[in-house]
Amino acid sequence: MKFLRQFAARIVGQSIRIFARAITAVRADWQGIEPVPKQRVYFANHTSNGDMPMIWSCLPPAIRRTVRPVAAADYWLKNRLRAFVGPEVFNCVLVDRRPEVKDKPMDKIIAALDEGASLIIFPEGNRNMTEDPLLPFKAGLYNMGVARPEVELVPTWVANLNTIMPKGEVIPLPLICTVTFGSPIRVQEGESKDDFLARASDALVALAPEVRS
Amino acid sequence: MTETTSDILLLALGSFGILIALTFVGEVLRAREAPGFVNPVLDTYMTRVQSWWGMVAFVGVALLMGKIGVMVLFAFTSFAALREFLTLTTKAQADHMSLALAFFVVLPLQYTFVGMGFDGLYTVFIPVYAFLLLPIVSALRGNADKYLIRVAETQWGLMIAVFCVSHVPALMTIEIDGYADRSVLLIAFLVMVVQFGDLLEYFFGRRIGKTRIAPGLSPKTWEGVLCGVVCAMLIGGLLAWITPFGIWGAMAMAGAASLVGLLGSLVFAAIKRDRGVKDWSHLIPGQGGFVDQLDSVIFAAPIFYHFTKYFYG
Repeated sequence: MKFLRQFAARIVGQSIRIFARAITAVRADWQGIEPVPKQRVYFANHTSNGDMPMIWSCLPPAIRRTVRPVAAADYWLKNRLRAFVGPEVFNCVLVDRRPEVKDKPMDKIIAALDEGASLIIFPEGNRNMTEDPLLPFKAGLYNMGVARPEVELVPTWVANLNTIMPKGEVIPLPLICTVTFGSPIRVQEGESKDDFLARASDALVALAPEVRS
Repeated sequence: MTETTSDILLLALGSFGILIALTFVGEVLRAREAPGFVNPVLDTYMTRVQSWWGMVAFVGVALLMGKIGVMVLFAFTSFAALREFLTLTTKAQADHMSLALAFFVVLPLQYTFVGMGFDGLYTVFIPVYAFLLLPIVSALRGNADKYLIRVAETQWGLMIAVFCVSHVPALMTIEIDGYADRSVLLIAFLVMVVQFGDLLEYFFGRRIGKTRIAPGLSPKTWEGVLCGVVCAMLIGGLLAWITPFGIWGAMAMAGAASLVGLLGSLVFAAIKRDRGVKDWSHLIPGQGGFVDQLDSVIFAAPIFYHFTKYFYG
C-alpha cells in the first residue's frame, strides 16, 4: 500500500511537471549559481498558487528529490486530494500559521534543514496582490539564516505567473514562465534583521526581467 | 508509393544531404581549432545546424503524414508562436478571458476551418470575428486602463501567430488543375525558398553588405537582401518541378515570398527592439523562439497563398 501511494505520488508529480512545461514552457535561468545538489533555501516571490509547482517543476531531478517546499497546513490539509499532493507529491514541510498552536513553524523548518533537505519558501507570507513587486518580508528567512548560517539563501524570481494564473481565474493562460535563480546571500555578522531582510528583498527584485510595454 | 510521397522523400534526402555537408564543415572547423579553445561563433553555428536537423525531420514527417500531420504541426507552431507573442504584449487581468479564448477557442477553430477547407471562413474568422468579439469580452470586465493598447496588441498577436501561420497549411486547400494531391509540396516549396533566402541573405549580408536598410533596427543590408532574393529565385527555379508554376512562375513566386519574408523580419526586429528583448523565447537552441525561426515564413505565407490562388487556383 505504501509502495502504491509512493508510485502514485511519482506519477502525479511527473504529470504536474509535464503539464507545467507544456503550458508555460517553464525555464530555469541559473544566473547567480549552478544547479548542483547543495543544501539551499530558495526564497521566491509569491503571486499565484502556481508559484511553488513551477519552481519545483524546473529544478533538475537530483535537486527536486531533496527539496521541500514550506507551505501552509490550512491550505494543503483542506481536503484529501490536497493532503495527498502537498505532503506526498511535493514533500511539503507543512506549517501552521495560527498563533495559538504550540507546534512552531520555525522548529519544523529547522528540523527539515537538519535532516539535510533544501527548502522553497515564500518570505512575503502571503500572495502579493498589490502593484509593488514584493510585500515586506516576514522574519522567517532571517531566523533561518541565523540558526543555520552554512545554508545558502538563494533568491528565486518567478516571472509572469500573476498573468498566467491570477487569483480568481480558473483557466491558466499559456504564457512563458521563467524562473531566475540569483547569487546566494547569507546573514552577515552583526547585521540587523531589518537590514538583512531589505537586502534579501533587493536581491530578489533585482532578478525580475525587464519587459517594456 | 505515390509520386507525391517519393518527391517528399527526395526533398528530405536533399535537405539531409545539405545538413550533412553543413555539419561536416562545422566539425572540420572545430577540429582545426586549438584544443581547449572555444569559438563562440562556431558553437552558435553548430547549435543552429542541430536545430535545423530537428526542423527538417519534423517538417518531413509531417508532410509524409499528409493533411493531418501538417495541420497538427502548424497548429502547434501557432500555439508556440502565440505564447511567445502574448508573453510580451500589454495585458491586464480584465483580458484573462479573452486571452484564454484566443488560445483555446480561436486557435483550434481556425485550424479546424483550414482543415475542413472552408476558405470563406478561415480568411475572415480572425480579421473579422475575433477582431470584433474579443474586445467585447475584454470590455465586459470594465477596465479602461490602456484598453486600446491591450486589445490592439492581442489582435496583432492573433493575426501574426494564428492567421498568418495557418496560411501555410491552407496552401493544401487551394484547388489547382492537374496538381490535385500534390499541393502539400507547395508547403515544402514555400518553407524552403524563404528559409534558404534568409540563410543566404545572412551570409551575403556579412560578406558584402554595406547599406543598412533600417539602421538601429537590424543589421540587414540592401545588398544582402538583394542576394538573398536572387538566390531564393534560383532555388525556386530549381524546385519548379514540385510546383504547378513552371520555371519562370516558380522563380517569381519564390522571389516575391522571399522579399516579403526578409522585409517582414524587420517588423519583428522592431517589435523586439520596442520590448527590449533579444529573442522571442529560448525554446529552439541557438535560434531563440519559434517566431525568431519562422518570422519570414509567417510574413510570406498569406501573400504566397493569395498569389497562388489568384494566378493558379
